[in-house]
Amino acid sequence: MEPIEINQLQKHIDDRANKSVYVHLETTNGAYASHFNEDAYNVGAFIRNANVSYQRGKVVGAGVTYRVGLKLDIGWIYAEGVNQFEINDQNQLLMAGHDREGRLMVSLQISETPFHY
Amino acid sequence: MSEHVVVIYPHPDDEAFGASGTITTFRQKGIPVTYLCGTLGEMGRNMGNPTFANRETLPEIRKEELIKACEVLDINLEMLGYRDKTLEFESTEEVAQHLYTYLEKIKPSLVITHYPGHAVHPDHDAFGAAAIRAVEMIPEQERPAVWAQAISRSHTIELGEPDVVNDVSDVFEKKFDTIQAHKSQADGMLATVKNQEEDIMAAAKQWLGMESFYTWKY
Repeated sequence: MEPIEINQLQKHIDDRANKSVYVHLETTNGAYASHFNEDAYNVGAFIRNANVSYQRGKVVGAGVTYRVGLKLDIGWIYAEGVNQFEINDQNQLLMAGHDREGRLMVSLQISETPFHY
Repeated sequence: MSEHVVVIYPHPDDEAFGASGTITTFRQKGIPVTYLCGTLGEMGRNMGNPTFANRETLPEIRKEELIKACEVLDINLEMLGYRDKTLEFESTEEVAQHLYTYLEKIKPSLVITHYPGHAVHPDHDAFGAAAIRAVEMIPEQERPAVWAQAISRSHTIELGEPDVVNDVSDVFEKKFDTIQAHKSQADGMLATVKNQEEDIMAAAKQWLGMESFYTWKY
């Protein structure tokens, strides 16, 4: 994955608007969060292969991390903290935010074909 | 009954961190070991540092790492095809039946798994419970011993001291090689000790040099 270049990423989001797409959205601080730090809470959520269509998608932010919002006919999809992206060999748009140690904190992925696994 | 050890853990690398020293001592005695690995760790958070994996490539990377780790340990590997983070939502009875099909064939003398309720990760707890249920399906007189691994903060308070405590420092090099085969995960896990210690292997030995288990009582 590469650091986000906002104009480039915006173009990839635009390319997938108004199409039937599959979304993977995830955020987590890990299953061991409260094991290693008693004051922490384990939090996390993921949704995989949600089949939606968005009218408009927008990436906002500058520098370190970005926010991405997808406007659906009757709802929204939102992710905060993404800092890297890539288009893989399946033409899937992968966005993710990692911490300093390379651990995934948030991911938002958009694909015209279902994600594997 | 001939000896055969079956290790039942949900994630590639659980065997490395949790039991690879113990596994090595069994292999040194010529005892066959089979690892029933539940998932491919699809939802792992460690993506390498600097990152070299992404959410979509991670399962294939971890699969290769798992195969390599099992080659290092010289053990048989069966990948069971569940999905990371979902095991607790499966039917325990169905997962137990699935595990039982392997136990029925292998007829193990010992099963190593996680201690349900004391294994911290929900997948560990769920898979441990299913493994114990699977062993329970074997007629009592043929049942293998079960060593259950507890890693919760509260396990010694609630369960007492573990009754199997293996000092694996003599075979630690093999354990370290096994952990390092899981490169995507090891880099992140070992980075925490690397920051504090110069000799990473000595630091890891301090942290992972003992492997302990509770003999499950039916």
